[in-house]
Amino acid sequence: MLEFLKSNWSDILAHIAQHVWLVAISIAIAILIALPVGILITRKKRLRGPVLGIANVMQTIPSLALFGFLIPLPFIGGIGPRTAIVALVFYALLPIIRNTVTGILGVDANVREAAVAMGMTDRQVLFKVELPLAMSVILTGVRVAVVITIGVAIIAATVGAGGLGEYIFAGLRNNKSELLLAGAVPSAVMALIADFGFSVIEKRFEPDAKRIATSRQRFLRGLAWATLALTIVLMGYATWRGMRSSPGSSINSAPVTIASKDFTESELLAEIVAQMLESKGVAVNRRFDLGGNLVHTALLAGEIDLYPEYTGTAFTAILHHVPISEPKAVYDQVKRDYAEQFKVEVGAPLGFDNTFAILVRGEDARRLNLKTISQAAPHTKQWRAGFGEDFKNRADGYPGFARAYGLQFIQEPQQMALDLSYTALASRKVDLIAGNSTDGRIAALDLVQLEDDRHYFPPYEAVFMARQDSLARVPALREVLQKLAGAISTDEMRKLNYEVDGAKRDKKVVVREWLVGKGFVQ
Amino acid sequence: MSQKLNPQIPLVEFRDVSFAINGGASIIDQLNLIVSQGETLVLLGESGCGKTTTLRLINRLLSPTSGAVLVESRSTTEWDVIALRRRTGYVIQEAGLFPHFTVAENVALVPMLEHWEKPRVDDRVREMLALVGLDAARFADRYPRELSGGQRQRVGVARALAADPPLLLMDEPFGALDPLTRASLQKEFAELKSRLGKTVIFVTHDVREALLLGTRIALMDKGKIVLLERPESFVKSSNKLAQAYLETLKTDLVLAP
Repeated sequence: MLEFLKSNWSDILAHIAQHVWLVAISIAIAILIALPVGILITRKKRLRGPVLGIANVMQTIPSLALFGFLIPLPFIGGIGPRTAIVALVFYALLPIIRNTVTGILGVDANVREAAVAMGMTDRQVLFKVELPLAMSVILTGVRVAVVITIGVAIIAATVGAGGLGEYIFAGLRNNKSELLLAGAVPSAVMALIADFGFSVIEKRFEPDAKRIATSRQRFLRGLAWATLALTIVLMGYATWRGMRSSPGSSINSAPVTIASKDFTESELLAEIVAQMLESKGVAVNRRFDLGGNLVHTALLAGEIDLYPEYTGTAFTAILHHVPISEPKAVYDQVKRDYAEQFKVEVGAPLGFDNTFAILVRGEDARRLNLKTISQAAPHTKQWRAGFGEDFKNRADGYPGFARAYGLQFIQEPQQMALDLSYTALASRKVDLIAGNSTDGRIAALDLVQLEDDRHYFPPYEAVFMARQDSLARVPALREVLQKLAGAISTDEMRKLNYEVDGAKRDKKVVVREWLVGKGFVQ
Repeated sequence: MSQKLNPQIPLVEFRDVSFAINGGASIIDQLNLIVSQGETLVLLGESGCGKTTTLRLINRLLSPTSGAVLVESRSTTEWDVIALRRRTGYVIQEAGLFPHFTVAENVALVPMLEHWEKPRVDDRVREMLALVGLDAARFADRYPRELSGGQRQRVGVARALAADPPLLLMDEPFGALDPLTRASLQKEFAELKSRLGKTVIFVTHDVREALLLGTRIALMDKGKIVLLERPESFVKSSNKLAQAYLETLKTDLVLAP
């Protein structure tokens, strides 16, 4: 852990600063919107219900759904901090609006009446009496908004906005606790500091607070100001670092933006194209790690130029066709539909499938001379099986699979976490599992994939999805994709995955070595 | 600072004034009343009789449903409402002091709104605090919560008088004070107002207070003035409601040891 901190402190600091920036900008914008709106609806009683209702609904929208909705929108959408900030502002509005209303309406009726009767104008009543007296309540709203925003900003990493979420998601994916902690601890501390700092500042604005500060209050106030100063320094550092690390290469200045989904294989494939383009002198923007199907949305919106996809996913999840098992037919249909519906070109298959892989121990396969699932079927009466939740329950998973091959196990297959099923198989707790065909552990644990000789599983061939206009604009892109046709075998992909997930090596280095070995780059 | 008084000039006049909220029952019903310069008119009555509403019609916190309220011979609806209110001192129960302002800032409010020069404002604040019996050196920088109820009410009066308005509206200003404080403030205020010569319209439900402070007493019931008399005639009135009020005074005396 200490080692990790030592070698990454500047990176962690930069992520913290990014996070603080996201929160600070979002809160500033939210205040600029929420305060006037809040004031307005204390004046216009009829607007109060609808406005608070809308703000309430905004807050209940799941953040990932909101990002998916925002990405294709012009001006406020897209990939990167802008989208994240729009979403964060949405979430911050409600507490500030609500507390502005509560604070202003909570001003003593006698005081307000006196203010009006003294001949204050509406504006004077607002600025000299209502706002100062409501300030501590409004600040409580801002405090709540800040704490919420610090939390939600973690999700912002899924749209490529950076921040501490990058650590948390990377940590979750790779099961690395130091990464998880590097993201979670600073954000938790940040939330606590914000909560505490605002509570001290609020006290200052309480109309009934004692003006004469005790030494303890002076200390707290000093601490609050110190926190504020630290925040500003961090933001300055982030800005400086941001400007230094990308000298003029903002999102739009690089000719090609490559994205990936949020798992190792997808990132590796994207990195392969990125390095090949760079070796041809084409500047590349990396937008890796996008969650869910945000990549597809981003591709259609023109936020990115290409990303790696699987034909089966495109066929069922995006085009909503009923699964079929003939790889060529799936590929052709996807290619046709993408060209017509999306103006997206589907590149040639890269040479491997990432489908469900029916796995047995290597020693069993050799002893019983098993190559296909059909050959294994008679043995299953003596076998136990363990499946991940996904495979066990979906219609095109275990139920259909067992029927197609006439499988019967000693007992009902156990449901277990997909990751655990590999070790369960290797350690003889179960005898057959369904993994991913390109998982690096297949080779590492001496497992054997049985061939789907009845073609039950739909094909999940890896391909690149590239915008037609991007291919026209950057000729080098087509050259690279042509070179990659059929270039990666399932074995090679397993090895690459293992280098990263198993041997914990750096993705860029792994990709670089593979490209050199293939002779794709010098 | 006393102004030239002319008892013949009406400062406030109600002409057939009615007031109702959203077409409901009348809270003020066909009210006619003339308040002359320099007098102290007390509006006496039970809660809900319309006395506070009457007061609030004068500085246009409310506008009449029908009829007209004239201040210095001009209808309140024709006045620039801000100018009208700045010429009208207003003191309410609990004072309504601004909790985030010091005593000095509270008193300085209207002069500041009127953009007086700073030294003039400071002088005025000291003068006003002295007038209501508060030592400026001790009280100017305190906040309202650091004062007793009586002191707060004195600041309230000082604030209302600060811009030297010809008209002072007071809505049960001493109502929430303990009896001793109330008695001494009533006495001081009686002296103060005769010295300043302001026109005062004073709302109370306390007949003793009405008799002590009023040059005339308007007894109100169900939105109407049922009796309008000088104090010396008021005590002799045959009006039932007036007698009921005077009765409480006697009871008080009987019960007193």
